[in-house]
Amino acid sequence: MGRPLLVVENLSAVITTGRGPLTAVDGVSLSLDRGEVLGIVGESGSGKSVLARTIMGLHCSDPRFALSGTVKLDGRDVLGLEPSQLRAMWGPEVGMVFQDPMTALNPVKRVGTHLVEAVRKHQQVTRRDAVGQALDLLDMVGIPDPRRRINQFPHQLSGGMRQRVVIAMALANRPKLLIADEPTTALDVTVQRQILDLLDRLRGELGMAVIMISHDLGVVAGRTDRVAVMYGGEIVETADARSLFDAPRHPYASALLAAIPSLKGAPHQRLAAIDGTPPDLVMPPSGCRFAARCDAVHDDCRVQPPQLIFDGTHGTACHYPVNPLISTASNTSGDT
Amino acid sequence: MTNQSVKDDAGALGSASAAPSLRARRRAGAWRRTRRLFVRVAELMAVLFLVSLGTFALLSLIDTDPAVTILGEGHTQADYEAVREDLGLNDPLLERYADWLGSAAHGDLGASIVPPYHDVLDRIMAALPVSVELALLGVGMALLFSIPLAMWSAYHAGGRIDRWISAGTFSVLSVPSFLAGLLLIWLLSNGLGWFPRAEWSRLDEGLGANLYHAFLPALTIALAETALLTRVLRSDLITTLQEDYILAARAKGMGTVHIMFSDALRPSSFSAVTILGISLGRLIGSTVIVEYLFALPGMGTLVVGAARTGDYVTVQGAVLVIALIYVATNALIDLSYGYLDPRVRRSHA
Repeated sequence: MGRPLLVVENLSAVITTGRGPLTAVDGVSLSLDRGEVLGIVGESGSGKSVLARTIMGLHCSDPRFALSGTVKLDGRDVLGLEPSQLRAMWGPEVGMVFQDPMTALNPVKRVGTHLVEAVRKHQQVTRRDAVGQALDLLDMVGIPDPRRRINQFPHQLSGGMRQRVVIAMALANRPKLLIADEPTTALDVTVQRQILDLLDRLRGELGMAVIMISHDLGVVAGRTDRVAVMYGGEIVETADARSLFDAPRHPYASALLAAIPSLKGAPHQRLAAIDGTPPDLVMPPSGCRFAARCDAVHDDCRVQPPQLIFDGTHGTACHYPVNPLISTASNTSGDT
Repeated sequence: MTNQSVKDDAGALGSASAAPSLRARRRAGAWRRTRRLFVRVAELMAVLFLVSLGTFALLSLIDTDPAVTILGEGHTQADYEAVREDLGLNDPLLERYADWLGSAAHGDLGASIVPPYHDVLDRIMAALPVSVELALLGVGMALLFSIPLAMWSAYHAGGRIDRWISAGTFSVLSVPSFLAGLLLIWLLSNGLGWFPRAEWSRLDEGLGANLYHAFLPALTIALAETALLTRVLRSDLITTLQEDYILAARAKGMGTVHIMFSDALRPSSFSAVTILGISLGRLIGSTVIVEYLFALPGMGTLVVGAARTGDYVTVQGAVLVIALIYVATNALIDLSYGYLDPRVRRSHA
């Protein structure tokens, strides 16, 4: 497959807050091949969105953010780029889909303007050609009657339609990487599926890599090649989708899976919930960050932070994994 | 056309069952617009009526006697009574008001009751252009200054430039306009000799000369307005810049200047535009201090001079015109909300 499209190494993002420095992303490493789909899962506050925006370089010029580590997108060091180089990259290299289509479109701009300005920013084309491209984009994301829709304002479209426009906007310059940050969270359940199917189809058609961020494992299931589970700013488990869903090793990943309502279970059963709240990232706990909420916690978990240890492609940051492979069980616990 | 729309409505999730037909909505929209127009006109009438009545009542409380102004010193009691009778000053207040209202309704604002007995409408038409020009120039300059200042400030919110701009706007706001005017005269007119003071050149005497004379008074007005607009616009811009659509615009590679003017300014300008409308109306009627300072023949000078001589007919007429402009300006501001935010428009597309 050659060189990976995206390589993130030991990336940290520290935000200056009124209470002190908040480590939203803490030493994250990951890589993504061309055309690959990576799911990043975690509850709110786990650092997924900050991670996504940092990978894109959106926090680069923000004085409140202290970034360290490296992000290489297609061989270029994102965190070292000048603002103008970043702007040239946003669009043709990487695009972003946002959580809430109600707020991601400017209420005073027509649908067409959103697309036309994106096209003309990166391509030397006439207005007429750009409008033509905008119509094609609307058609591509499955908006009926694009000629009428292009002149409408965002508030005249339904939520699902708006999210399609947001997707069209992100794809206007055919990025190699699309970051979808909770693309369906704000939508009706029936529309969620349509949007996910659309993203699937477009990924196939355009051959781009996708990072799909969600708090919902159900969204990621069956639509991703790899999944990374985030907790407290760290990746606690990463594996190819199949082995993560079949045999999660981190107690947090396993608890998340147990919290998905299933049609197979007995009716009127209480959903398994994870008690407690995520750790305070201004003053993170010294040992494993999940220790306070973990059912299988041992004494040393509270002292010794576990490292992300790989067994092949399956990485887990836990001293006492739930589904240890026989070959590595003794190895992992003895190591640390 | 109708079929097409209905089909699309059914396609848009959620609104399928509730959406009325296109024709019904269009009819409802037309009716709503007609009704709003009626309400507008009725409001205008009510405002003008109350303002003129109020002015009339207030003027009768001032004990400046136009008869004394006309006769000067050393008149007899008989002369005095005759003049008062002649002016109709002995009639009951309401009767005088009704008389005045009757002719005003026909567009006749009467003639000044003190020498040289000029027609009131003529006097207003001579003074109004000065005030309107001053107000427009002042507000225009204020916009020119405040938009970049507010953008700069909001973009670097909390930074050093922002703090300097905030301190600057606060100090300007706390300086009374007569002092600001005096300072400007002292600096730019007396000191550097760039601009004349206490002269006015009418627009028909040439645009250059006119603007040259209008610059200092307009700048005096613009100072306070700039400070006010900058503060309001800055805080709204800061809110807007937090919006997702600003991030979305950045994420597709748009530059900072484009984002500021094309994405952030319009959604942030509601409060500023409202203030602008109020300022414009206020400035046209009551830039008395600035007019006095620069000896300009504007509306403020006209009203104050008339009130001092007890020339209630002139005051009445001027106040009526000022009120009319006030209401008209604010109606325009209301209309502009539809441009600023398409969601305010009655959609019937």
